[in-house]
Amino acid sequence: MRRYQRSHEPVVWSLFGAGGMVAAFLLPVLILFSGVLMPLGVVDSTALSFDRARGFAGHWLGGLLVFSVISLSTWHAMHRIFHSLNDLKIGARRLRFMICYGCAACITLGAGVLVLTLQ
Amino acid sequence: MAETIGIDIVRYRPEKDGEPWLQHFEVPYEPDMSVLDALLYIKDELDGTLAFRWSCRMAICGSCGCMVNGIPKLGCKTFLRDYYPQRVQLEALEHFPIERDLIAGIDDFVVKLEEIKPYIIRSDERPVAEGPFTQTPTEVDRFKQFSLCINCGLCYSACPQYGLNNEFMGPAALALLHRYNNDSRDQGRKLRQPIVNAEEGVWSCTFVGYCSTVCPQAVDPAAAINQQKVLSLVDYAVHAGGLGDSQDEPS
Amino acid sequence: MSAGKPYHREVTRTWWLRNPFFVRYMVREASSLFVLGYSLVLLRALWALSEGPATYAAFLAALGSPWAIALHTLALLMVGYHAVTFLAMAPQTMRLEWRGRKVANTTIVAVEYAALVAVCGIVAAAFGVL
Repeated sequence: MRRYQRSHEPVVWSLFGAGGMVAAFLLPVLILFSGVLMPLGVVDSTALSFDRARGFAGHWLGGLLVFSVISLSTWHAMHRIFHSLNDLKIGARRLRFMICYGCAACITLGAGVLVLTLQ
Repeated sequence: MAETIGIDIVRYRPEKDGEPWLQHFEVPYEPDMSVLDALLYIKDELDGTLAFRWSCRMAICGSCGCMVNGIPKLGCKTFLRDYYPQRVQLEALEHFPIERDLIAGIDDFVVKLEEIKPYIIRSDERPVAEGPFTQTPTEVDRFKQFSLCINCGLCYSACPQYGLNNEFMGPAALALLHRYNNDSRDQGRKLRQPIVNAEEGVWSCTFVGYCSTVCPQAVDPAAAINQQKVLSLVDYAVHAGGLGDSQDEPS
Repeated sequence: MSAGKPYHREVTRTWWLRNPFFVRYMVREASSLFVLGYSLVLLRALWALSEGPATYAAFLAALGSPWAIALHTLALLMVGYHAVTFLAMAPQTMRLEWRGRKVANTTIVAVEYAALVAVCGIVAAAFGVL
């Protein structure tokens, strides 16, 4: 049997899967409230007040949740974007890899730092 | 005046043509005719040089696959009544080279099927005196669906990833691998695992899912591949991302 | 076994435009752009939160602009499409058994949607709606 090389894709794929679950379950309702109903005034926006939001993100559990939603959703999106660029026959695989997953890493880092400063 | 249907066929004769070209036919139409029936009429009555594969004419041999208006189908299982009075365009299965007319060169497909070790592998041989293997209905159910593949190749034409990169093992080969790994009589998972774990194994798949849509036997290769992704992830973790891999070639 | 000169057909960049199934696949993949977009909005919210009440108030005000609402409405549709397609595909990645039989994909999807409704209820409660 010819030699096959083990791919490291499982690492990003698990992040993709977790991110997909998070995005599927949480993002629609979050966008509905924070992006549509509250700005339109249909729903009262005291839940998003500075004190409440600060308290939520400042609690270790709330902060972890916010960090997870941002980070995992980003890994999910970047994994899909990386592969979609391949589907569109946009080459330069190494460069694409660095840009896509590099962005995900930076956003993860940024979210992590911000959450930690709020604790 | 009998009804006719327009059949356009992408012809290619390697000894004559530099490129494929479109030939137009008008075939007498009956509502019960299949694409294969139309091809047989054309070969018998209109142009004897037309080349195409066929055998059982009942969707079990897997020979007559071709592109019908851009969609991979079995000629014997595709009916003109679903297109009439529109014209029907036939072309050799996509993502394979054209040998002649509607005959696709499926050598790569066959090589890949053989590569995944499509047979029961035992690490401890069961002596004949012990009698046959027994399986519960549940054990059979775990692999049966994936054993229904008729090797027609439609899924390779359906798969954009195989079209973009034919290093990819492809839906049928990986579904067959899944069939053997899931067979309780088989002990060969470890030998097949390096293929699964490779980029050209399951990791080229982006779960387009069109393979399962076109499969005439409802094998659901997309499910097979994506279940193998989970198993490959577990294998990755267990072997610490490759640090736990032995450097020996599996036999 | 080749008859001499097999003809190789090239796959062009626009392969996906020729079949509605592939167009839906590309839309599905493109929905991840909106997942990314909202993650960036959340990141901006975190950042505004860490800068203080004034910056945070400005951020909330920006969310109220017509452009922002329009974009979020589009994002809601796309992220909704992402969720529907993701939940539809999830059962194919697993084989669950119940009393010796495979659990049907439709059953798994039903459980997923039940969980989705529950999660939406919790979030709605957190936003003071329920």
